[in-house]
Amino acid sequence: MATYLEFIQQNEERDGVRFSWNVWPSSRLEATRMVVPLACILTPLKERPDLPPVQYEPVLCSRPTCKAILNPLCQVDYRAKLWACNFCFQRNQFPPAYAGISEVNQPAELMPQFSTVEYVIQRGAQSPLIFLYVVDTCLEEDDLQALKESLQMSLSLLPPDAMVGLITFGRMVQVHELSCEGISKSYVFRGTKDLTAKQIQDMLGLTKPAMPVHPAHPAQPQEHPSISSRFLQPIHKIDMNLTDLLGELQRDPWPVPQGKRPLRSTGVALSIAVGLLEGTFPNTGARIMLFVGGPPTQGPGMVVGDELKVPIRSWHDIEKDNARFMKKATKHYEMLANRAAANGHCVDIYACALDQTGLLEMKCCTNLTGGHMVMGDSFNTSLFKQTFQRIFSKDFNGNFRMAFGATLEVKTSRELKVAGAIGPCVSLNVKGPCVSENELGVGGTSQWKICGLDPTSTLGIYFEVVNQHNAPIPQGGRGAIQFVTHYQHSSTQRRIRATTIARNWADAQSQLKHIEAAFDQEAAAVLMARLGVFRAESEEGPDVLRWLDRQLIRLCQKFGQYTKEDPSSFRLSDSFSLYPQFMFHLRRSPFLQVFNNSPDESSYYRHHFARQDLTQSLIMIQPILYSYSFHGPPEPVLLDSSSILADRILLMDTFFQIVIYLGETIAQWQKAGYQDMPEYENFKHLLQAPLDDAQEILHARFPMPRYVSTEHGGSQARFLLSKVNPSQTHNNLYAWGQETGAPILTDDVSLQVFMDHLKKLAVSSAC
Amino acid sequence: MSQQGYVATPPYSQSQPGIGLSPPHYGHYGDPSHAGSPPGMMKPAGPLGAAAPGGMLPQGHLPPGPHQFGQNGAHAQGPPLQRFPGPPPGNSAAPSYAPYPPSTQSSYPSPVSTSSVAQLGTQLSAMHVNSYGSGMAPPSQGPPGPPAAAAAFQGPPRSSQPSILQPGSQVLPPPPTALNGPGASPLPPSTHRQDGLPGPAPPNAQYQPPPPPGQTLGPGYPLQQANYGPQMAGAQLSYPGGFPGGPAQMAGPPQPQKKLDPDSIPSPIQVIENDRATRGGQVYTTNTRGQIPPLVTTDCTIQDQGNASPRYIRCTTYCFPCTSDMAKQAQIPLAAIIKPFATIPSNETPLYLVNHGETGPVRCNRCKAYMCPFMQFIEGGRRYQCGFCNCVNDVPPFYFQHLDHIGRRLDHYEKPELSLGSYEYVATLDYCRKNKPPNPPAFIFMIDVSYSNIKNGLVKLICEELKTVLEKLPKEGQEETSSLRVGFITYNKVLHFFNVKSTLARPQMMVVTDVSEVFVPLLDGFLVSYQESQSVIHNLLDQIPEMFADSNENETVFAPVIRAGMEALKAADCPGKLFIFHSSLPTAEAPGKLKNRDDKKLINTDKEKILFQPQTNVYDPLAKDCVAHGCCVTLFLFPSQYVDVASLGLVPQLTGGTLYKYNNFQVHLDSQQFLNDLRNDIEKKIGFDAIMRVRTSTGFRATDFFGGIYMNNTTDVEMAAIDCDKAVTVEFKHDDKLSEDSGALIQCAVLYTTVSGQRRLRIHNLGLNCSSQLGDLYKSCETDALINFFAKSAFKAVLHQPLKVIREILVNQTAHMLACYRKNCASPSAASQLILPDSMKVLPVYMNCLLKNCVLLSKPEISTDERAYQRQLVMTMGVADSQLFFYPQLRPIHTLDVKSTTLPAAIRCSETRLSEEGIFLLANGLNMFLWLGVSSPPELIQGIFNVPSFAHVNTDMTLLPELGNPYSQTLRMIMGIIQQKRPYSMKLTIVKQREQPEMVFRQFLVEDKGLYGGSSYVDFLCCVHKEICQLLN
Repeated sequence: MATYLEFIQQNEERDGVRFSWNVWPSSRLEATRMVVPLACILTPLKERPDLPPVQYEPVLCSRPTCKAILNPLCQVDYRAKLWACNFCFQRNQFPPAYAGISEVNQPAELMPQFSTVEYVIQRGAQSPLIFLYVVDTCLEEDDLQALKESLQMSLSLLPPDAMVGLITFGRMVQVHELSCEGISKSYVFRGTKDLTAKQIQDMLGLTKPAMPVHPAHPAQPQEHPSISSRFLQPIHKIDMNLTDLLGELQRDPWPVPQGKRPLRSTGVALSIAVGLLEGTFPNTGARIMLFVGGPPTQGPGMVVGDELKVPIRSWHDIEKDNARFMKKATKHYEMLANRAAANGHCVDIYACALDQTGLLEMKCCTNLTGGHMVMGDSFNTSLFKQTFQRIFSKDFNGNFRMAFGATLEVKTSRELKVAGAIGPCVSLNVKGPCVSENELGVGGTSQWKICGLDPTSTLGIYFEVVNQHNAPIPQGGRGAIQFVTHYQHSSTQRRIRATTIARNWADAQSQLKHIEAAFDQEAAAVLMARLGVFRAESEEGPDVLRWLDRQLIRLCQKFGQYTKEDPSSFRLSDSFSLYPQFMFHLRRSPFLQVFNNSPDESSYYRHHFARQDLTQSLIMIQPILYSYSFHGPPEPVLLDSSSILADRILLMDTFFQIVIYLGETIAQWQKAGYQDMPEYENFKHLLQAPLDDAQEILHARFPMPRYVSTEHGGSQARFLLSKVNPSQTHNNLYAWGQETGAPILTDDVSLQVFMDHLKKLAVSSAC
Repeated sequence: MSQQGYVATPPYSQSQPGIGLSPPHYGHYGDPSHAGSPPGMMKPAGPLGAAAPGGMLPQGHLPPGPHQFGQNGAHAQGPPLQRFPGPPPGNSAAPSYAPYPPSTQSSYPSPVSTSSVAQLGTQLSAMHVNSYGSGMAPPSQGPPGPPAAAAAFQGPPRSSQPSILQPGSQVLPPPPTALNGPGASPLPPSTHRQDGLPGPAPPNAQYQPPPPPGQTLGPGYPLQQANYGPQMAGAQLSYPGGFPGGPAQMAGPPQPQKKLDPDSIPSPIQVIENDRATRGGQVYTTNTRGQIPPLVTTDCTIQDQGNASPRYIRCTTYCFPCTSDMAKQAQIPLAAIIKPFATIPSNETPLYLVNHGETGPVRCNRCKAYMCPFMQFIEGGRRYQCGFCNCVNDVPPFYFQHLDHIGRRLDHYEKPELSLGSYEYVATLDYCRKNKPPNPPAFIFMIDVSYSNIKNGLVKLICEELKTVLEKLPKEGQEETSSLRVGFITYNKVLHFFNVKSTLARPQMMVVTDVSEVFVPLLDGFLVSYQESQSVIHNLLDQIPEMFADSNENETVFAPVIRAGMEALKAADCPGKLFIFHSSLPTAEAPGKLKNRDDKKLINTDKEKILFQPQTNVYDPLAKDCVAHGCCVTLFLFPSQYVDVASLGLVPQLTGGTLYKYNNFQVHLDSQQFLNDLRNDIEKKIGFDAIMRVRTSTGFRATDFFGGIYMNNTTDVEMAAIDCDKAVTVEFKHDDKLSEDSGALIQCAVLYTTVSGQRRLRIHNLGLNCSSQLGDLYKSCETDALINFFAKSAFKAVLHQPLKVIREILVNQTAHMLACYRKNCASPSAASQLILPDSMKVLPVYMNCLLKNCVLLSKPEISTDERAYQRQLVMTMGVADSQLFFYPQLRPIHTLDVKSTTLPAAIRCSETRLSEEGIFLLANGLNMFLWLGVSSPPELIQGIFNVPSFAHVNTDMTLLPELGNPYSQTLRMIMGIIQQKRPYSMKLTIVKQREQPEMVFRQFLVEDKGLYGGSSYVDFLCCVHKEICQLLN
């Protein structure tokens, strides 16, 4: 099916979209029988160096409930200067500017290759980007120092007209006034008291003096700067000031008695940050960057008490309903996240500590606002430093790879409705004709808000075919979907990116082959995984696994070729062949398994899984393993214990970790120092090859993966051993009788066992 | 006027057997039943009536009736007095007064007394001799000379002392002592004598015009029981009508004296001068129990020989009655005014510090009294008997010492705690909070930076001053630098804390806007050593005025400011003191928010007390918290209008802080006064986080305490801090009999933290005599202390009782005390004579001053804040301060001898003592006035003001120019001396005779009738006399 693969790839490159099915079953009934829902992975701001934005505004369908954007799928009557909306079939006049339109003089948005168009909106005041640093000061001296340096460095990376603000917290929360001369001034809040937005604004003096409203003078935007000027200042004005201020930051001075955690008022600090922006720059792109070095220990949003002898909640505690603060804290952060999202502000969390920092409770802040979540051991590690630096990376045009305050709107043709989205977004609760009653992910709306996004931010969008079985679709009819993303570009421009795609309908009974062939198993795996992870947030782990298994079995039953009750007869076509394997690894992944992970880690992994694009997501589901040896060029090998051989160097990329593993023999050679001998230069090269490749990955990825270099028998080898398919374990090793690969000490089932069971169940008529 | 009395228990309400007086009205503050004249009053009328012609009866129906009778009675007896014509020249007495002849004369021109020794003689014999009566009671005082003094004081001889009495008696010392109200005989003016109008003389006199009743009484003393006012009025009226002729005969009242000669009544000046003459400049040793110290106005050197110096403790009487019956009979308050940190002149020995090692001070096992001279060692020194509870304790081994032949330990003179009245112990950890040694205290400066303070330059002034004054933080003994730490807060509607850590390049400001629940935003760097952070602090102080220069914030908060300071100290785990510079009514939304509730309509009603109570219930718990954390609050107020001192001042008062108030502060005029106060307050000796406990020997106990204190229970006097100017007045009551042998012993122990953070115990011991003779009691009284007690108890009662009732009680108790004396101690004499015990000669005048104080005077002309302010000041005053406060010093300046360094002799506070050609200086501890007569000598004017004449003098100054001439120098020196040792810097006002501001000045001429009410001394005396007569009948 090379053609489909190409098609898929081409579509992805052009539109940033990949569908689970590229030919759509034409009725609701058949669609549900396909098991894997009709859905797509959408990267709204996929980088398109070849796509210059057009400097005008889109032409909209005039029907108030539709307002679809003119696109290549629309039928155009060049003589009458009319176009028909392909979603609602409304006939629209072209605006006057399009008077010169003709078959040979088409605007870009009508050309087929411009299924994705980016418009620049010239209207409206441009507000500068806002960065509000919220910094924990309950850190070790080294950590704080490193963090201060990172922050100071970041100032030089910001656009000069960006506004910055600084809030520090420990036992108290300090909002720093940045404009003062001679004395540094800050407003201090108690870390234990929950304040309403109104109170915070009153206390910071942000409430506008009751000003007579001049209807003729809606000079709202101009007022903002004056009100907020004390706390948010253009970087070029207070660069020096802020650098000094950061330099003078001290560790939280309150003594921490033996056996206690420092009192850390993260909840209040975040609440104040949200309140500050809410009061000064609502609906303007802003980034709250929260740096924490430990769990919140007091006030609203506290996650653990300050007694060190009481450890922070574990999955075990949560299952036993033993996590005292979890619900309340989660509620607090959810409330904040929703407020921030409503105002278009995104929240980043940079959590660096050896223990958990409460990401489980705080995750919604990043998940709902499209902020980044970064987890590390210390601020004084390259992992944090480089990750943080990468936030401010620029694209080929010199613009920051970040966008703010986006709304994503989905329009569908009549046969389809949108069922939901999974990704770093919140629902805008916009009902409309194309909203499905069934929800998958965040549903019940046709619009979502994504407060912060970058070129790789990816959402899963789920659809429902609503066409009734008995309402045939005209031959050659195509279903269409339009994604419209309004956002604030990092250059502060407002932009709209519109992507319109169409796929063929097919009758599942007569044309199942077509549909089968158009299955995108990679996209399907990721979309199903997202659904599973989404469910895992609210359901018990085993239930989710059972659901996944059931879906897989049903899929195999539907698309497998087999004789009933004969497992050995089971076959899957090429377009499905990898899918069960993805599911196998997904079941073992940290996204669904909490064993051996702390709640924070699970939240962290899930956070990234819900926003990375397809390639990265696949890596997360099924890590990639490369082998380097003298037997040939580097090659990918099976993620299987049998791949662990003594004379190989392995490079594993799990997205979160890069592991370089030296096989036993290689490790011995290295210890013997052969690489330093001129006659063994080739060995030196062999050692170097995976390092170079790893560097390449490290450079490109956000967040920076944990880099692990280990060897046979090394303690860190567990990273590798826990990922590979345990085809050889202590149970079956001797049965194989050969010395290949490394046995894994586990009771987990291997892929082989998994597949055997799957076949058995698929062919069983009992299901 | 016992405290209990205010509460309404009527301990004294029943007639005392001894006196058979009608029930006094003590104890009735607040007891409505006494509002009307008590029935008891009527009774006396009966007898009187009998004595008097029946005609009297009708009068009885007149409202004032009963009193009149009293008078009449007195009058009736008057005649006999008449016999004493006269005023035998005082010459005879003169010798004894040799030292002060001039003064005597000058101040008592007429007196001289008319009292003739001879004449009096007869009478005197009957009465107690007046101490001055040279002839009479030679032993007693003065003349004999110092050495003898001590001896004289004790024992029998005493009896003679008390004498006072009647005019005649005064043989010599004439006037003062005897106040013959009875103007009768002794009265100077011969006319009077003739009339012989006894006591109530004045009233009679008034028959005619004299003191128009209305005025006299009206204001000060409404009707009702004690009011002399009304009575007098009544008397007047009735007499004429009732007995046209009769009265004259009977009472001889009629024509009587036109007026009581002011010079004939006891003069405080004279008393002060006499004491100074006899005891001034001498060494007073405290080796004897119950000896009466020199007056507070007398300078002498005090040597501690086993009893606490009177600088630390003064008592209302140095001889307690043995039984409570006696105490009730006499109604003399038994109280001690304790000033535990009193400043000791450099020529007296500072307190020794005793260290009993790890086990802490040796204390009685039962009552926990500390080792002191009252402990009796027995059994060869192995055990000792506690002088307070009589428990026999083992002497701890480390403390053992053999006894000598008289049963004294061999180390008696080596150990301060065995031989001295006052000393300090090192406190061990058991005496510390949480058993941890305390941290050095801290001072926090909290400046109101609202618009008005910025605008008038006050903030700048404070900041500038702090830079220098912080150099002089108090330090302990030999410390190189002060261990006190300092912190800074500014505020308006929100609070700004400052981080002035020495390592910072510039100070950091932290704004706390959550005033509803204020907290301390920083720990490290808020309280710092001035030396270490000097540059940052200076930087800050330079910036503060700039920082708020553009502020137009008018609203302020107050309670949160105190709470912030308290929390800061709590967080730093140290005691300390807040210096708050505040100027307006805190109206911003916050706890302790106040509104203007100054309602003049409440004045003179039962609700008047509300004006003295705090407006909200926020401040009392706040004060309690402050005390609990050793946080003392000193408040500098700069009001330009009503700021509700009663509310704002509560915390300063209860935490042992000081309240300073500068009305309509103007930087160019009032800076000096304020800065002096600030410097003085910062530098003065102070102890923090103190608990005082007063232990007594069996038979009596401390029952009530007044002062800058907070009491959580009935025995522990808690003080966030106590400084050298604060006194606590303690009232005692019997709970058993006292024995004359063992006397009454008092041990006052103050546990506190020094400025360097050491925990110490300061012990003051004082032994008093006991006697079953009332005469001994009266002999040992000290009027200055009595007034201090009366003032504090009355001012405390102001919060709960109508002022009218309080005034009545004061008058009644005064009368009662004197009547009891008259009845039991004085020799029989004509009822019309007013006989005063020698020790209480000036009680009436002082009492009148107290009654005329604006706190007790319900007059809308006086600002509510001022009254609340003065009320609060008096509550913590020591005896010397209250004496000066109630009876100001008035000194002529025009007679200045520029070559002498002694102060010109004081004169009585009365307009009649002023002269147009004179310049006078008046001081009361808060204010100082320089009064210029219209004909002041120009050379003096020139000398002082450097202007050619009276007309050129600009009164708009608060400092005299520094001129090189002797007048200027001497006057300034005099003012310096007067100011010395006074806790408040006095504001100088230049007053020109016959100009408007003179009205203010006149209020301080306390012997005259008050501007806003309050009777003159003479009138009051008559009133008291009348009361006494009534009681006696």
